[in-house]
Amino acid sequence: MSQEKLQSHTVQTTGHAWDGDLQEYNNPIPTWWQYAFYISVLAAVVYWFIYPAWPVGTGFTTGFDTITYVNDKGVKKTTHWNTRALFIKENNEAIAAQKPYFDKVASLPFDQIAKNPELNSFVLSAGKQLFSDNCAACHQQGGAGKMGFAPNLTDDDWLYGGHYANIQQTITNGRHGYMPPFAQVLTDTQMTQLADYVLSLSHNAVNPESAKAGDVLFHSETAACYYCHGVDAKGRQVLGSANLTDSIWLWADVPDAKTIPLKEAAVKNVIRTGLNKGVMPTWKDRLSPEQIKLLTVYVHELGGGK
Amino acid sequence: MNVGIEEPRALYQKRIPIVTRSVKGRFRNFKWGVMVLAYAVYFGLPWLPWTREGVASQAIMFDLGQRRFFIFDLVMYPQNVFWLALLLFIAAIVLFFATTLIGRAFCGYFCFQTLWTDIFVWIEKLVQGERPARIRLQRQPWNKEKILKLGATHTLWVLLSFWTGMTFVLYYGYAPDLLARFFTGHAAYAAYVTVFSLTVSTYAAAGLMREQICAYVCPYGRFQSVMYDPETMAVAYDAKRGDATQGRAAPKGELKIREVRQNKGYGDCIDCGFCVQVCPAGIDIRDGLQYACISCGLCIDACNTIMDSVGYPRGLIRYDSEANLAKPVPAKPRIDWMRPKVLGYSILLSVMTGALIYSIASRTTFEHDVQQIRQPLYVVLSNGDIRNRYQIRLTNKSNKDMRYRITTQGLPHGALDLDEGQAVTVHSGNSVVVQASIKLTPQQVGKYPRFDFVITPLSQPKDKAIEQVNFYSRKNEQ
Repeated sequence: MSQEKLQSHTVQTTGHAWDGDLQEYNNPIPTWWQYAFYISVLAAVVYWFIYPAWPVGTGFTTGFDTITYVNDKGVKKTTHWNTRALFIKENNEAIAAQKPYFDKVASLPFDQIAKNPELNSFVLSAGKQLFSDNCAACHQQGGAGKMGFAPNLTDDDWLYGGHYANIQQTITNGRHGYMPPFAQVLTDTQMTQLADYVLSLSHNAVNPESAKAGDVLFHSETAACYYCHGVDAKGRQVLGSANLTDSIWLWADVPDAKTIPLKEAAVKNVIRTGLNKGVMPTWKDRLSPEQIKLLTVYVHELGGGK
Repeated sequence: MNVGIEEPRALYQKRIPIVTRSVKGRFRNFKWGVMVLAYAVYFGLPWLPWTREGVASQAIMFDLGQRRFFIFDLVMYPQNVFWLALLLFIAAIVLFFATTLIGRAFCGYFCFQTLWTDIFVWIEKLVQGERPARIRLQRQPWNKEKILKLGATHTLWVLLSFWTGMTFVLYYGYAPDLLARFFTGHAAYAAYVTVFSLTVSTYAAAGLMREQICAYVCPYGRFQSVMYDPETMAVAYDAKRGDATQGRAAPKGELKIREVRQNKGYGDCIDCGFCVQVCPAGIDIRDGLQYACISCGLCIDACNTIMDSVGYPRGLIRYDSEANLAKPVPAKPRIDWMRPKVLGYSILLSVMTGALIYSIASRTTFEHDVQQIRQPLYVVLSNGDIRNRYQIRLTNKSNKDMRYRITTQGLPHGALDLDEGQAVTVHSGNSVVVQASIKLTPQQVGKYPRFDFVITPLSQPKDKAIEQVNFYSRKNEQ
């Protein structure tokens, strides 16, 4: 009796005793914790019935909840709930939310898009995304291009023309620039003379004698540079041949060459080996016409548009 | 068999329900006044109309979707979150300042926990009657009367809680429209969740938990206690006068006469217990200042009522400071301003309030942000000219459409080229990004390392903003 009374006033033990008097306290977890635990167990069971849960053989229990989405072929599909379908659904919703803007871009002429501040803001943000995903690998993030690799889109010099229609054409169908190698045709001296002539066009202080000889060579049938670059050496945008009279260089790194001999060497190297690497891929298979139109405005806005 | 067995100690004292008696007096009247005003403001504001262009005509509206807060004629944008931060700082200092001077005045008169508990107790009294009736009802077994009265009380509580939650949500939309949508099931999911959780929490906090919120949940109540000084005015029982040398005594027989009591060494406290019965925190103020005291002043009202009825002077329980009460003969209680802490708080308070008022008063109607395009930093054009480009973001914060003119100063004429022309229209509450090109000849480049963009709202030319920017070229790099 005394034992019972003592127990009721003290901390409970589990009732086991070892070695005569070694006992274990019974300190149960708080009741609220216990109930929270039961409720979460219950919630887990409810979850099994709603969402995919248990692996069964090679498959799994799918749960009763369903999700309806439109797949890439435009077919409406209803399936058990899963995150992949949820992603497609939410992605479709995001595309639908963007659609009014793309529609507006598609329906308006180019110059009106640029003049509408709100639409222009959309072009700047959406265009930046498209440009980063598709163009920046070669033309760099801001469109500044890379010497000897991809043209700068932010200046006012265009190999294939800087009007909206030219840019759209370039993105849609791609470009392939070609210049034949002259190593077999010209002697080293002739190439130096040609290089001096080309450099003199953009006001570099080269040997005037040599440049004069280059001038003759440029317009002769031996080198026949004028076929592509034009008699005035300003290039022909139909062919994509470069304008040699301005301060902008793509393949010969003239701006970074400190001395005239180095500049000559850079130009000569292009004359000697020719060019077959100015390749821009076609985008009509990867981008929709609206995306290309938006990119056209964006590239035009980069600063170089005519 | 009691080796290793310790004495049990309860970690938590089971709550004894507090049934308060109502009381009349100065502090009670003040509390009613605050309550009427606070409820009128809280429940009424969402319904106050205000004329605005293109936006719902509601005086106070927090438009989360458009990220704009309308407060009368003030429109706040996320950029202005600084004001909210400053306001919270000011509120904190006001709390410190008031606590140092007059103790937990916020808790007792202005805290929403106190306000809502007060109204819940008022409902309880309205349905179930005064304190003795309520205690009787609590003790009696469940019958028709108890079910009816308790049911009515809780129903009214839930209704008030619901309207409290509903009103909170109404601040986030156009009230009449939102209310209609709410009851037709067309409101946003978040609205239902908010109303539900606020209903539950109001009901639980003001109806069921009451003083436990102040004692166990609220951090402010606890940390205000450490701001008390000996000079702080607080609700206090004058023990010297109340207990004297012989203690308290009921006014029976000759002890009714004050002179007799004083000669026999009895204090003025007649031990009626009224001050305890009216206390919403369930404490006995005669035990001295306690953490649970929310400083509501109801015990002062109670004691004054009793003192009046027995004909003793008022103020046995009163607002007084510890320092004053400790004096052999306490002086007339007064608020002690001349303390470094109080002066420090008031200086802080005026500086911060001034800063907030200045910041709001000098707000611009538009936000501008000029950023140089850094990829590439500069472009060499075919004729050798250098071009820099800048993105100018304009946000129209006014309630009407605005036109802005963008010009430059400190540059040769003709250097600026804007895609959109010289002026840009921005709709109310919208943002627009404008691209500006600056072109300089190689000879000019070195002379203009930096210049200013001037953005002028055409309708308010004096609000023009000037932003200095750099012009980069190959020369800056080397």
